[in-house]
Order: sequence, then C-alpha cells, then structure tokens
Amino acid sequence: MNDKKYFMQKSIDLINTRIRDGNARVVTAEEMPAIVDELGEEGALHEVDVVTTGTFGAMCSSGAFFNFGHSDPPIRMERVWLNDVEAYAGVAAVDAYLGATQLSETKGDRYGGAHVLEDLVAGKTIELRAFSKGTDCYPRTTLKTEITLDDLNQAVMCNPRNAFQRYGAATNASSDRVMNTYMGSLLPNCGNVSFSGAGVLSPLANDPQLRVIGSGVPIFLCGAPGMVIGEGTQSSPASGFANLMVTGNMPGMTTDFLRAATFTGYGVSLYVGLGIPIPVVDLDVVRSTAVRDEDITTSIIDYGVPSRDRPVLRDVSYAELRSGSVEIGGEEVKTSSMSSFRKAREVAAALAGWVREGKMELFLPTRHLDTATRVHPLRETEHVPRVREIMQRSIPCIGEDEEIRTAARTLLKGETNHLPVLDADGRVVGIVTTYDISKAVVSPGSGKRVADIMTRRVIRTTPEEAVDIAARKLELNNISALPVVDDNGHIIGLLSAIDLGKLFGGRWSR
Amino acid sequence: MKLLVTFSRKGGREPVIARTVKETGVLINVERAHIDSVAGEVLVDVPDSDSDLVCSKMREFGATVRILVDSVRRDEDECVDCGACISICPKDVFSFDDEWRLTLTEERCVLCGKCVPACPHHALSLMQ
Ligand code: SF4
Ligand code: SF4
Repeated sequence: MNDKKYFMQKSIDLINTRIRDGNARVVTAEEMPAIVDELGEEGALHEVDVVTTGTFGAMCSSGAFFNFGHSDPPIRMERVWLNDVEAYAGVAAVDAYLGATQLSETKGDRYGGAHVLEDLVAGKTIELRAFSKGTDCYPRTTLKTEITLDDLNQAVMCNPRNAFQRYGAATNASSDRVMNTYMGSLLPNCGNVSFSGAGVLSPLANDPQLRVIGSGVPIFLCGAPGMVIGEGTQSSPASGFANLMVTGNMPGMTTDFLRAATFTGYGVSLYVGLGIPIPVVDLDVVRSTAVRDEDITTSIIDYGVPSRDRPVLRDVSYAELRSGSVEIGGEEVKTSSMSSFRKAREVAAALAGWVREGKMELFLPTRHLDTATRVHPLRETEHVPRVREIMQRSIPCIGEDEEIRTAARTLLKGETNHLPVLDADGRVVGIVTTYDISKAVVSPGSGKRVADIMTRRVIRTTPEEAVDIAARKLELNNISALPVVDDNGHIIGLLSAIDLGKLFGGRWSR
Repeated sequence: MKLLVTFSRKGGREPVIARTVKETGVLINVERAHIDSVAGEVLVDVPDSDSDLVCSKMREFGATVRILVDSVRRDEDECVDCGACISICPKDVFSFDDEWRLTLTEERCVLCGKCVPACPHHALSLMQ
C-alpha cells in the first residue's frame, strides 16, 4: 500500500532537486503520449519529471511596458511615439505601454507596435518622440531622441491574452468574396480552412483543468525566461478556451521567437513563441499531458456571417486539421495553419534544454486560476439600428417579363434609380437601374424584356441585419441600394445610400 | 516547363499560340492568359523536351518568351513555416516536409500572385 502511494505522486522539491543535479528526465508534450502507452501511467509518472510544451503563433494581445529614463530638463511624457507608433503614456512620467497591434501614423498597416518590438529585440535603433504641456516640476514640452533596447531602464513584455488552449478554425461559407481576417485569407465558398494553435504541444491543452499552470509559474517567452501572471483577458476555461496573461523581460528575447506580422486587410500582429514546463507531480498530470492531436477538438466556424455568433459548420480535431484537408458538406477542403508547428517544436525543445541544464526550476502556482470562468458578450446599452428601421417599405418593383419601356416609366414615376425585378411568386431575381435602361436604349440589340438587361447577381439585405453590415455591403460592392428580402426571398423593401445618409446625419451625429 | 509568352498585337493579330501548336505539333497547355487590345501575356506549360522548339517558333512569330524557373520566391529568414500559404495556392506549390518545414514545388507556379498578400511575414515574392 505504502509502496503504491509513493508512485502516485512526486513532490515538486524532488523534481527540482533532480533538475539541480542535472538528472531530471525531460520530454516534450509531443513525446509524452507514446511514453505513457509504453510504460503505463504509473510507469510514466515514475520515469518522467517534466513535460515541456510550446506554441508559436499570432497573439495580437501582446505588448510591453517601457521606462525610458528622465531627460534634462525633465518631461512628463503625455503622448509617446516609437518610430511613429503611439504608445499609451497615461502611466506617467516616462513610462509607456506599446501594444502590438497599434499602427504607425506614417506607414499605415505596413508597420506597427509588433514591428517596434521586433526591431528593439533585433538591436535596432528606434526614434522616441514625446510631447507634454509642461509643468512646474516637468518643464520640458517636446523630446526627440534615438534609443535601443539597451538604453531603456525596463522593457517588460506584458501580454494580456496569450496561448489560448485552442482556437476556432475559420472558413468562409457565406460570403462570395475573399475575406481578409485575423485568421488570414478566407477563400469564398469554403475554399479553405484556416486554423491556429499547436494542438498536442499547446501549453493549456496539456493542463485543461489548470492544476499546474497558474500564477507565478515559470515559462519560456520569446526566448527569455518569463512568468504566468494569471488569467488572461477573455479567458474562458469553462468553455475550453482558457488563455494566460504572461510577462517576461525583453532583453534576452530573440527574433527567432518574436516576429511581427501583417495580415492583409486586417492589420499588424505579433507572433509569440511561448512554452510552459509542466512538472509531472501526479497521475492526473500524466493523463493530461498524454493528450494527442486526435483528442483536441475545435469547431469550424463560418466567418462569412458578419455577426458575433457565427454558425459552426462542424467539429474537428487538430489531427484532421493538421492532415492538410477536412471534409465540409461532402467536399474536401484544404486546411492551413496560421501558427507554426515547427517553431512550436523548437520552443518545446529549447525549454526542455533549459530544464535539463538546470537553468530553470519549476514552481507550482502561487494562485490557481478559476476553471469556472466563462466569457460573456458586451452589454450594449445603445440601440444597434437594424435595416427594418430605415428601409423604404413601399417601393416600385417590376416583373421579369415586362418590357424595358415599362421599367423606364416605373422608374420615372417612382422617382427612384433602382427597380427590384420579381418572378411570378414575388421573389427577387434581379435588379435594374436607370443606368441599365440608358445602356439598353443606346444599344437596342440587347433585348426587349427586363430579364434581358437586369443584373442577376443581386446583393441583398434582411430586415434584421445591422445597418453597419448593410452599409459595408454597399461600400464593398460599390453599389447604392440593396433590396430587403424576407426568409423566403420575397421583397419587403429597399435600403438605399440615401436612407443611410439620413441615419448617419441624424441619430449618430455628435 | 513553364513559359511566359508576351506579345504585342499592334502589328496585326497573329495567333501565336495556335500557329505554334500547328507548326510544331507540340501540345501546349495554357495555364493563364491576359490579353487585351494591344498586348497579351500567356503562361503556358510544355513538355521539357519540346521547349526549345516551342521557344524558337514563338520568337519567330515575334513573341517574347521567358522560361520560368524561380517563379515564386521565399525569403527563408522571414518565413516561419506557418503554412498559411498552403491552402491559398491553387496549384499546390506549397507543402510541408516531414519536419513541418515549408517546401516549394516552384515548377507548378502560374504566377497568379494570390500567395503574396496571404503570407503574414512578407516572405513571398514573384519573379519580376
Ligand atoms: S505563409 Fe509565409 S511565413 Fe507562412 S509558411 Fe508560407 S511563406 Fe512561410
Ligand atoms: S503565385 Fe499563385 S500559383 Fe504561384 S505559388 Fe503563389 S499562389 Fe501558387
């Protein structure tokens, strides 16, 4: 009985003694499942002391605190720019926080906070500009100088939301154009699936109950030793989407594990390499680190739907996502990853090296994270206007078999530029504009009936759609009106750019 | 082998591709074409063994022919092997090797350009 109990757990002190003595047995989370298969759970507990994890992917919610030191005469920096990227300076007097996604004021989305962080780590010189109104104790009002990472008193990376346990996979089933998102380019008609996360190597997927990952736990952050602060913002462990707030000092980081990135049409982000060594203290840790890609599932979500609660097309495992293609509705769809599995392996391997060489000892959380936390949506107190509130309800329409001349007359009488074309059941099958009619008059060979000249690919809206979404449709398609249809495709109104103008000029004006 | 054929249409409307096929008997696969009233740019695929014959024939008809080798290029310092480009490319130019390192099969590239803006690390560029 006693014997067995000895095998059921292992103290963190014993693990640290072995690390100090250079005899700790360290493996990566990718190797662990096979070890557990071979030795059994108790055997693995006996044999393995530390399992290292790693991930390398876009983590937008990242940034760093800087202390620049005082100038002479001194200035209280009210606003601060690093290479024209503004940092938040409301933390007085010569401190600022630079967020990774903040864009340059001169280079737009080609350069941002993430690039400044990468340039600092690469040892490059950065231009610092600051502005102040001047006070008795801080008389200076402007400052411009050049700095490198070595010149700063502190450069502390502090990332509010990193290393999600898993990420939803993205596809584009409902929009007929290429969408540019933080999940990369999504081709129309489910042309591809984009996913993120290291699956089997993901730190939190190896401790979903948050038993050994928590506040104070040492980590690998962009090549330097760092620490878990606590629960990340928007963390949702109760729904399987936990994440972490982490910190680490920038001196010591390398561009091998910290890279700026640009998502076309979306903006700038930072690729962060993050790994956590997991002490194998009991059988529960053995079980949770034996997880495989097959066991970690996520959902494929339709990003083509422009609302918060996007429809889930199917559930999928990381093993399927990583295989190169998945099936959606009977079709093979190619998958690709936004995060790098090869780099995730490098993180886990580098971290394993640190522990083996005695460079990093392990600690249990000084405070555990709450596994019951669940993210909830924003409480919106202002009314979000819907299409039905501003659309025109009584609008002239025309049948597809009518003559073009009739359409022209209807347009004139209705003092409108857009005429939805209906089939016999009142469903929208096309649209004609005054332009189409003028064109038909100039080149009469094109036909006599409305159906011959109408545009058949009609962009529509629905009464419950948010006005912002409808406005974006007008803008992206360079058109000036949208037929409003019900669930059956029947016409119930028209939303024109003029209606939008009234709205933006009215309730939304400041 | 892929050839990028450009021709001007100012001096008449010589059917360069059709005549080359007819006179050489080589089956030419057109992968991509952009032709307007003054000029044309066509990307074709021909068997390696016939490429010399096809090139000289097309040049005879006044076309400029370039053999595409490094059509798409990857900057290895910038690439992080994420794989975002893999599902974007219509010609399966990109894939992973056993070590999850990105590999390119450049011969398949038709210079459509889709992968360039899709790479978050600006690692991809096309032959100029
Ligand atoms: S998308 Fe860019 S960084 Fe990612 S694998 Fe392809 S070339 Fe490399
Ligand atoms: S240019 Fe087009 S065909 Fe060539 S590699 Fe890029 S996506 Fe593929």
